[in-house]
Amino acid sequence: MRPVPWRPARLLARSPQTPTARTLVFSVPGWPGHLPGQHVDVRLTAADGYRAVRSYSLAAPADGERVELGVQSVPGGEVSPYLADVLPVDALVEVRGPLGNWFVLRPGTLAPVLLVAGGAGVVPLVSMVRAHRAAALRGPLRLLYSVRGPDDLWYREQWADRHADFDLALLYTRVAPPGDRRGPERITARDLAAAAAALGPDGTAYVCGPTGFVESAADLLTGLGVDPATVRTERFG
Amino acid sequence: MTSFSPGFQGRGRRPADRLPPGQYPTEQFPVLSAGPTPKVPTATWEFTVTTERGATHRWSWEQMMALPQEDTVHDIHCVTRWTKFDTHWRGVPLDVFLAEVDTSADFAVVAGHGGYTTNLPLQDLRDGRAWLVHSYDGYPLSPEHGGPARLLVPHLYFWKSAKWVRGLRLTHEDEPGFWEGAGYHDYGDPWREQRTWGD
Repeated sequence: MRPVPWRPARLLARSPQTPTARTLVFSVPGWPGHLPGQHVDVRLTAADGYRAVRSYSLAAPADGERVELGVQSVPGGEVSPYLADVLPVDALVEVRGPLGNWFVLRPGTLAPVLLVAGGAGVVPLVSMVRAHRAAALRGPLRLLYSVRGPDDLWYREQWADRHADFDLALLYTRVAPPGDRRGPERITARDLAAAAAALGPDGTAYVCGPTGFVESAADLLTGLGVDPATVRTERFG
Repeated sequence: MTSFSPGFQGRGRRPADRLPPGQYPTEQFPVLSAGPTPKVPTATWEFTVTTERGATHRWSWEQMMALPQEDTVHDIHCVTRWTKFDTHWRGVPLDVFLAEVDTSADFAVVAGHGGYTTNLPLQDLRDGRAWLVHSYDGYPLSPEHGGPARLLVPHLYFWKSAKWVRGLRLTHEDEPGFWEGAGYHDYGDPWREQRTWGD
């Protein structure tokens, strides 16, 4: 088995998702492709040779040498503020991947899939939604996406473009937009009940977000009778 | 001189003797688990060691707590690249359990509640290098960090320190565990940066 190599990655474009979150699109010659849900390591090198590495989720399905990452700028962070606001377009970083073979959605999945995202945890899950949109996946797909308020929503154009067999619920925790009948509150069993029932015996749930959110959402799912073996989690922070 | 990441400065440089290559230090204690957190009551908790010939040794929670306990302090290294210095644990050295077990096995498969497994050479669980721990920083270990009891093998990446540990199965052959079968390195030495297959 050969090690996963570091590859030069050229920043093609950067676009804002929220006031503090960015999409970064890189070109990575030799990129071997990846599955929805996988991530990469990004390596930065300072002038004196000092290096820092962090993991970032891939936000789009495999598309040749094009690699799209979602970066939430963490105040005081060593790497994320640099990627979010400093790295010039056309400059190089290094990436290694794809990594992670568990929190992935395999092409051709026909069984129901439930995605539960908290905040920036939406990044690996939007890759699954986009793969579903491109019809590489065919089963019913449902996304419950919890954010503090409308300003914190990533991938707005994606949510405006509904497609067959895809169901979306936006759950606001602090500020709800006008007309939102749920009102702002943290995720509850009520939010998850119908989705949990729709999973059936063959479905899989993917939960991604900050630790507290994932603990809470995964506990709610198992409390609703979902088999813990069918709940895959990815936590950060 | 470098052609990568122009303008990147990074934070303070760290002494190389405590931080393995490719790691960064954190003050927090991040949680990484592949699935929901199982709730394991100590009333029915049990730790088992099953030998290569099928003999099973069992310890209840009370029996385990009555064994010789150690307070132990370690740096821990997660394959997701965080390192946490000077973590304080209390528990039973694996040597204490293994002293009661007659085995010539070379490997162990560690099992946790929730279906998690991880494999390592049995030698790495001996000689004061591994513990079954039930307290962190003076308090009972919380469920999201592996409570009521987890394995602690601080000289390997932290995925080897199985949460919610329930037993060891001793084997002659090396059998890949959960992450080892999904692309992680079989041994996982942070100082040799053995993260994934082929490292």
